[in-house]
Amino acid sequence: MIDNQNISHSEIVLQIKDLHKSFGDNHVLKGFNMSLYQGENLVIMGKSGSGKSVMIKCLVGLMEADSGSITVMKNDITKLTQEALDILRADIGFLFQGSALYDSMTVRENLEFPLRHHSKKFAKNADTEALVLEALTNVGLAHAIDLMPSELSGGMKRRVALARTLILQPKIILYDEPTSGLDPITAKEIIILMQDIQKKYNTSSLIITHDVDCARVISDRMLLLIDGIDYAVGSFATLSASKDPKIRAFFKN
Amino acid sequence: MASISKISSHFNTFLIELGDLSYFTGRFFKEAFKRPFEIKELLRQCYNMGNRSFLLVGITCFIIGLVLDLQTRPTLMEFGAVSWMPSMVSISIVREIGPIITALVCAGRIGSGIGAELGSMRVTEQIDAMEVSGTNPFKYLVVTRVLAVTLMLPLLVIIGDAIALFGSFLVENLKGNVSFTLYFNQVFDSIEFGDIIPATIKSFFFGLAIGIVGCYKGYYCAKGTEGVGKAANSAVVVSSLLLFIIDFIAVFVTDIFYDL
Repeated sequence: MIDNQNISHSEIVLQIKDLHKSFGDNHVLKGFNMSLYQGENLVIMGKSGSGKSVMIKCLVGLMEADSGSITVMKNDITKLTQEALDILRADIGFLFQGSALYDSMTVRENLEFPLRHHSKKFAKNADTEALVLEALTNVGLAHAIDLMPSELSGGMKRRVALARTLILQPKIILYDEPTSGLDPITAKEIIILMQDIQKKYNTSSLIITHDVDCARVISDRMLLLIDGIDYAVGSFATLSASKDPKIRAFFKN
Repeated sequence: MASISKISSHFNTFLIELGDLSYFTGRFFKEAFKRPFEIKELLRQCYNMGNRSFLLVGITCFIIGLVLDLQTRPTLMEFGAVSWMPSMVSISIVREIGPIITALVCAGRIGSGIGAELGSMRVTEQIDAMEVSGTNPFKYLVVTRVLAVTLMLPLLVIIGDAIALFGSFLVENLKGNVSFTLYFNQVFDSIEFGDIIPATIKSFFFGLAIGIVGCYKGYYCAKGTEGVGKAANSAVVVSSLLLFIIDFIAVFVTDIFYDL
């Protein structure tokens, strides 16, 4: 994690400006703004249905925003060609809420899959086996290399998904509710793992969560997404001490 | 008034669906000729679809051959035309019954399988995961599956035809003491390239329709387990209906060529 006071001196790796997204009459994002700095852990919290997942999907081009700009490492993704976007995506890791492992492939094949399509990123003779093993060792699951996803527990699936995210050595990692559906002990293990990865690879992380404990432990800054806008931004200590009832509601327990 | 607006709304939905399906088909042809080609996945799908449908197609066609012969035999006997049996059975199987029965079996087995598989991949965000890792899921999942069904169906039809003819031969052999050589000599005397080629071309289109509809329904599956069920179900219903429409057009076109 980086020192809060140094955040403003770091380079912005991801920036959203005035993002709007509607589904019919439902205006989900109403001018959302945010910046993610190099090496920072930014936690985004918001109520269910507040548009967090929509925002993160717009960020990686899975959804098209109605208006606004999304800049990832100086590239405006709304203006990129599909080919350029695919290349940029190699630098953005995405951990899905439900892990999203490919059911019909073993753990090894799950990890090899993104490598096949980004061979340019690695040396021509890069040892795929070594890369897979390194990523699995990072998450403590080297022994599970030949298992099928159906043979893994929820926590193990999340770790394998994290290993798959890491294998392309991304500069930014997006976590969509990384601890949801896990027991408190496994959730804590995942949080520790996320911290270790951040320290080891100096990645910038955007973490969407409902888990206040996770936010307290991992966040350098927090952003509260309320009513489709970036309602409040600050450190966990600042926001948890706020008197604003809308902000207080997140920290009541 | 309310019923008119309901019909109009259904018609509107139908047209939108038709437009989306056409766009999806166009995208398939565009992506199919672009590199990189997913040869390994294509071969895996060919094996899955061809090999695993073989038994079902074989049993169905064998029974169809038996039944067709058993039910037609008494009528031909009445007219003293039982010696025409191999010719009649072979032409009806090769031209029509073999391709359509095989295609319907495959629409049930392969179409629903593709719809359910891609549907569950969509619901569990596996397709999104492929996309964010920079892979083209359309190319990897859709193109390979559609090509595999399109290539495998004609092969299954040819094998199914042979098995159905063998079923018919068994009845002829048991009831009329017709030898294997005599039966199949008559079969090959009566069928021509003009019977086999249109049926094979038609089978390619059957395969394409099953693949496109199954993939389309699964790829754009609604969220939730209910969506997966609906995708699998509608893949079978729509592709079965399409098979009959394609069959009608194919027979119509073949007829024009024969007249020429």
